[in-house]
Amino acid sequence: MSEALDRPLPPGNDPWTVLRTATRARVALGRAGDALPTARELEFRAAHAAARDAVHQPLDPAAVRAALPGHELLEVHSAAPDRATYLQRPDLGRQLAEGTSLPRTDADLAVVVADGLSPRAVHEHAAGLVTALLERLPGWRVAPLVLADQARVALGDAIGAALGVRAVVVLIGERPGLSSADSLGVYLTWDPRPGRVDSERNCVSNVRPPHGLSYAQAADTVAALLAAARELGASGVALKDEGPALPAG
Amino acid sequence: MSARRSTVGGHTFEFPTLVELLAKATPLRSGDVLAGCAAESAAERVAAQGVLADLPLATFLDEQVVGYDEDDVTRLVLDTHDAAAFAPVASLTVGEFRDRLLAWAAAGDEASISALAPGLTPEMAAATSKLMRNADLVAVGRRTRVVTGLRSTIGRPGTLASRLQPNHPTDDPLGVTASIVDGLLQGSGDAVIGINPATDSPARTVALLELVDAVIERYDIPTQSCVLAHVTTTLRALEQGAPVDLVFQSVAGTQEANRGFGVTLDLLAEARAGALALGRGTVGDNVTYFETGQGSALSAGAHLGVGGRPVDQQTLEARAYGVARHYAPLLVNTVVGFIGPEYLYDGKQVLRAGLEDHFCGKLLGLPMGVDVCYTNHAEVDGDDTDSLMLLLGAAGCSFLIAVPGSDDVMLHYQSLSFTDVLTARQVLGLRPAPEFEAWLARMDLLDDAGRVRELAPDAPAARALLAAASA
Repeated sequence: MSEALDRPLPPGNDPWTVLRTATRARVALGRAGDALPTARELEFRAAHAAARDAVHQPLDPAAVRAALPGHELLEVHSAAPDRATYLQRPDLGRQLAEGTSLPRTDADLAVVVADGLSPRAVHEHAAGLVTALLERLPGWRVAPLVLADQARVALGDAIGAALGVRAVVVLIGERPGLSSADSLGVYLTWDPRPGRVDSERNCVSNVRPPHGLSYAQAADTVAALLAAARELGASGVALKDEGPALPAG
Repeated sequence: MSARRSTVGGHTFEFPTLVELLAKATPLRSGDVLAGCAAESAAERVAAQGVLADLPLATFLDEQVVGYDEDDVTRLVLDTHDAAAFAPVASLTVGEFRDRLLAWAAAGDEASISALAPGLTPEMAAATSKLMRNADLVAVGRRTRVVTGLRSTIGRPGTLASRLQPNHPTDDPLGVTASIVDGLLQGSGDAVIGINPATDSPARTVALLELVDAVIERYDIPTQSCVLAHVTTTLRALEQGAPVDLVFQSVAGTQEANRGFGVTLDLLAEARAGALALGRGTVGDNVTYFETGQGSALSAGAHLGVGGRPVDQQTLEARAYGVARHYAPLLVNTVVGFIGPEYLYDGKQVLRAGLEDHFCGKLLGLPMGVDVCYTNHAEVDGDDTDSLMLLLGAAGCSFLIAVPGSDDVMLHYQSLSFTDVLTARQVLGLRPAPEFEAWLARMDLLDDAGRVRELAPDAPAARALLAAASA
């Protein structure tokens, strides 16, 4: 670091650009008295607004259905009746609503599309990722797709158990950040049943082309994980040690 | 034990255990609802507060919330309890203790309040806070004096320090340095320049420690650095001879939750001894830094007390302070609002929790700061954090955490900004830590009124510090 300290400041009109180009943190914003200038303040609010809207935008089943023509799509709801309850009671988001019935199948794999904390991520990326993933799974009998409202990752365990599949893949909207409101995560669980814990899952996160992972990259990784899980008969930490390296982030 | 019951609104409520009594007396928050221990009505809550008010303070020495035999936090608290320090309030009920604290605070009697710390248990502090309104928490907090030091002094009357948090998603040295420079130019960093590393590797930790140490040495800044790695990682860095100012660790209020964090009380003592041996202080020898936060025990499934009943998250948070104070910390802060809306749902709950945590921490003798923050799925925004920041400033909070533009690009949450801290100091007439303020003056970063100047890019001070970030 001493080298950087010893370098002279490069000549230029605006030395603050030195800071701005070094990080995407919000540095060198300037000041209005002891506060932020109006333009910087409004930029921040816009980023927060996008994240807030991504959390609270309702899931639009018709739009997801329209983006996946030719696929059977079953709709389920978690035990959390509304968004406010969902946010405060993660336990309810992991259970199916009372009276939910799903058909028993003889499939190997269930693919669940879940709103999670960003329905927007589902609207923007779920169809593209589902399509890319299914193309890579010729040897798998896949159950009808499931669209889950007010869902946490572990709702996939209940869905997978009901469908009678050997594995479940949950595509779920991730918690929006200020710079990424539409990121989709993928969670793979072998032998899904209620009570599975996070260490028994594998995750691929930040599916968000063009800024994050592409559909093809994510689908390649998930397909490879599924093949490895089938061989091992397990997912999670054990699989991560034996299987392909997960992409960073 | 007499039956603990009270009648409110024509209905009689009974509270069979101390654990339930404390939980039901707690102002509403989502984490207690999630744990299943919250009061089921407003009437039940105030009934519990009534019973709690009549409870002798000394009850907490005889009756445990988390069992003595099962939990080393309980043992630490009770085995180190100072009966002499407790004596002035030993005969009071919880309600009378609240009244006494408010009377001392109104009279400006800092000495009487501040001397109590070794005689109080976390449960006493938590119980008392449950009977207090927000303004009570502010009034007593500001009269509870805790002063600590390493290379700057934290907690002097009339000061508000800040932790400069220059996180970067890949720990890029240049990116981290840019955020450090941005913060220093805005008068931030007197509590610590503290980085949350993106990965918890010893090599990365050592590299970041050396980076910040170089900046501090180069500009002769009276502050300290910290890389908030796991304590075992910092121990490895110490073995390698890294410049460790502060040993950091997240701690919680039960042995089981601390086990989830991968720490034991012995491990914390070992790390503290290692940092102490380096003798890097100039104005004091406080070499530990702890973070806590309501909800951490519940999120680890380690929130159960006597009889297997869920303990409310605020009482558990106060118990984390019972751990922290054992290691003579330079800094402790609660991270209020980080963990999510299932623990603190909205601005009202976050604000209340921040004031409770500051009050309880100070009363138990900690140099208490707050990370005033929120996530995007909580019902909280910048207006809420402004309110909490200003109330904490009024409450005499030791330090606040600040990041560039309120946006932590590594941890993906919003905290206060460097300008927010300037606003709090300006509005409330507070100043930086004295050694750091003198440094700001030496660097020509203060105007004649002592305010941090808004620098032109070609100001010598700006050019000098910007050179550190040039590539």
